[in-house]
Amino acid sequence: MALNSYSNGPDEKGHFGQYGGRYVSETLMPLVLQVEKEFEAAMKDDSFLAELDELNRQYIGRPSPLYYAERLTEELGGAKIYFKREELNHTGAHKINHAIGQVLLAKRMGKTRVIAETGAGQHGVATATVAARFGLECTVFMGAVDIERQKPNVFRMKLLGAEVKPVTSGSATLKDAMNDALRDWVTNVHDTFYIIGTVAGPHPYPMMVRDFQSIIGRETKQQILDMEGRLPDSLVACLGGGSNALGLFHPFLDDADVEMYAVEAAGYGVDTDQHAASIAGGSPGILHGNRTYLLQTQDGQIEEAHSISAGLDYPGIGPEHVWLHEQGRVTYVSATDQEAMDAFQLCCRTEGIIPALESAHGIAHIVRMAPDLPKDHICVLNLSGRGDKDIFTVAKELGEEI
Amino acid sequence: MSRLQTQFDALRAENRAAFVTFVTANDPDFDTSLEILKGLPSAGADIIELGMPFTDPSADGPAIDKAAQRAIKAGASMVRTLDMVRAFRIDNTTTPIVLMGYFNPIFTYGIDRFCVDAAAAGVDGLIIVDLPPEEDAELLEPANKNGIDVIRLATPTSDDERLPVILNGASGFVYYVAVAGVTGGKSATADDIGNAVARIKRHTDLPVAVGFGIRTPEQAADIAARADGAVVGSAIVSLIEQGLEKGSDKSEIVDNVLNFTQLLANGVRSGR
Repeated sequence: MALNSYSNGPDEKGHFGQYGGRYVSETLMPLVLQVEKEFEAAMKDDSFLAELDELNRQYIGRPSPLYYAERLTEELGGAKIYFKREELNHTGAHKINHAIGQVLLAKRMGKTRVIAETGAGQHGVATATVAARFGLECTVFMGAVDIERQKPNVFRMKLLGAEVKPVTSGSATLKDAMNDALRDWVTNVHDTFYIIGTVAGPHPYPMMVRDFQSIIGRETKQQILDMEGRLPDSLVACLGGGSNALGLFHPFLDDADVEMYAVEAAGYGVDTDQHAASIAGGSPGILHGNRTYLLQTQDGQIEEAHSISAGLDYPGIGPEHVWLHEQGRVTYVSATDQEAMDAFQLCCRTEGIIPALESAHGIAHIVRMAPDLPKDHICVLNLSGRGDKDIFTVAKELGEEI
Repeated sequence: MSRLQTQFDALRAENRAAFVTFVTANDPDFDTSLEILKGLPSAGADIIELGMPFTDPSADGPAIDKAAQRAIKAGASMVRTLDMVRAFRIDNTTTPIVLMGYFNPIFTYGIDRFCVDAAAAGVDGLIIVDLPPEEDAELLEPANKNGIDVIRLATPTSDDERLPVILNGASGFVYYVAVAGVTGGKSATADDIGNAVARIKRHTDLPVAVGFGIRTPEQAADIAARADGAVVGSAIVSLIEQGLEKGSDKSEIVDNVLNFTQLLANGVRSGR
């Protein structure tokens, strides 16, 4: 990989430095290699790109607005804050960007069935949505614990015609849902495409999901140039697996003056054993098809993550983030459950926008950072999802019954 | 000569297939697991696959997943797994032991240190299910240097283009995964397996053992007639779960496992 650019990766084996790769069972290898070949061909195929563009505009509603958060800016009294409004996408989050790309690829490969794992349910809803749109059979694996805390999204998926399979193995959350999705994929390898929900998994998924999500950053770049006549000073995004963060960051990686902050979920604090911050509290390891940082014991057993936000509740992270962390290009910080809750409420009251608890972790970092920055500092937050799905969790935290 | 090669040569001379058994280390606890391990050769096991417990065994079905979770709950660790092999080797120096599992616990232990310690404990081979040939160079070299075979997996999706990639660097034997799926799931037909084994043998001189979906002495006999080895895992491991559910005492569980192993071994021996 040439070192004069941060955006050349991965290499031909899917490695970002020593991270990434293809750590899957041999049964899946031919299919994983085929997905890579088809993805590369599709991205050079004008008709594929035209169909993707049409769906992005007419079905998802792209481009999403870049919105000046005036009252939040005033409230914090420093940096000028913009929101990239991914929560306005069809289905209410950025997840639809990679779901639509992957379903087109599934169709191109002649697959008749798609599967997905989901934590908060956003990726599951996105997958169920595109499966319905293209008439494909859809099964979504979701931890039993997450089904309990994300009931509205479970019902949405059912309305969209997807089968939601509760996962009871392990900790019954996102990582276990991914195990069961892999078990299904290896069993139904002939007709099934696995729509992975983040920039993780075996190569080419981290690259493919990133490339479908990079539309966020490409639009942002054009929009901020139109509105401010220059690039932003900083970008902020929350980070579970890292798809919305990489989607915003990737087109800016070689713009040396743009600072980037990815905000992990610190749960009760990264110094406790109840968090989901793989960069802050993890170590190198191999899980779910890639080498990355993991929350694990000294014996290599995977630990359960904790976050108030089901979408960040994962003990790993996309491999390109680990590489960007080790290169020092992106700064990885974290926000606790409490900080996210406070930021969630602040955003509701100052901007009239109910953000996803995931995105609220990004806002929490802005709350810490913005007051000390000059007023001409331009900061863009990826408002990756809307928070309607989280109102039950938030109500419970606030001790209110709804 | 390696224990694996010696064993396959001896079985070839007897004109019979190897009976390969899988159990998870430390399931349901260290002492019971060691007792099962020690009893397997006299119950007819020719080669033993010992599972290295991992929290997230995404290539395994419920039986082996649960076995891993039981083992971890009972304090499993890589050190304990190697302790178990060492204890087994005190009075058995001939039955090959192949450690089977996932890459992360080895990676975390330290690959080089693991290969040295495993060889010293008496391990003969490794099957790492989430480490395809594209990624296994960092394990293959130190393993082979310490006399440990890295056993590669071939599957129903391995076409003639893929097989040479799989076989380049393979040693010990080739593990043919008979069905696309997880352990303890569907069974392939004996004819399909026979054809697949014949196809693999056109590419290699290594013995071919077949696993996934074999759970009765009759099925084991069918496979033994067509391959160099038959592997049974989930069906054996399930007996531990059933025993625990019934509240059987540990010696009863050991007896059940070993009696069933003997029936399967008889099946393998009747195959040709």
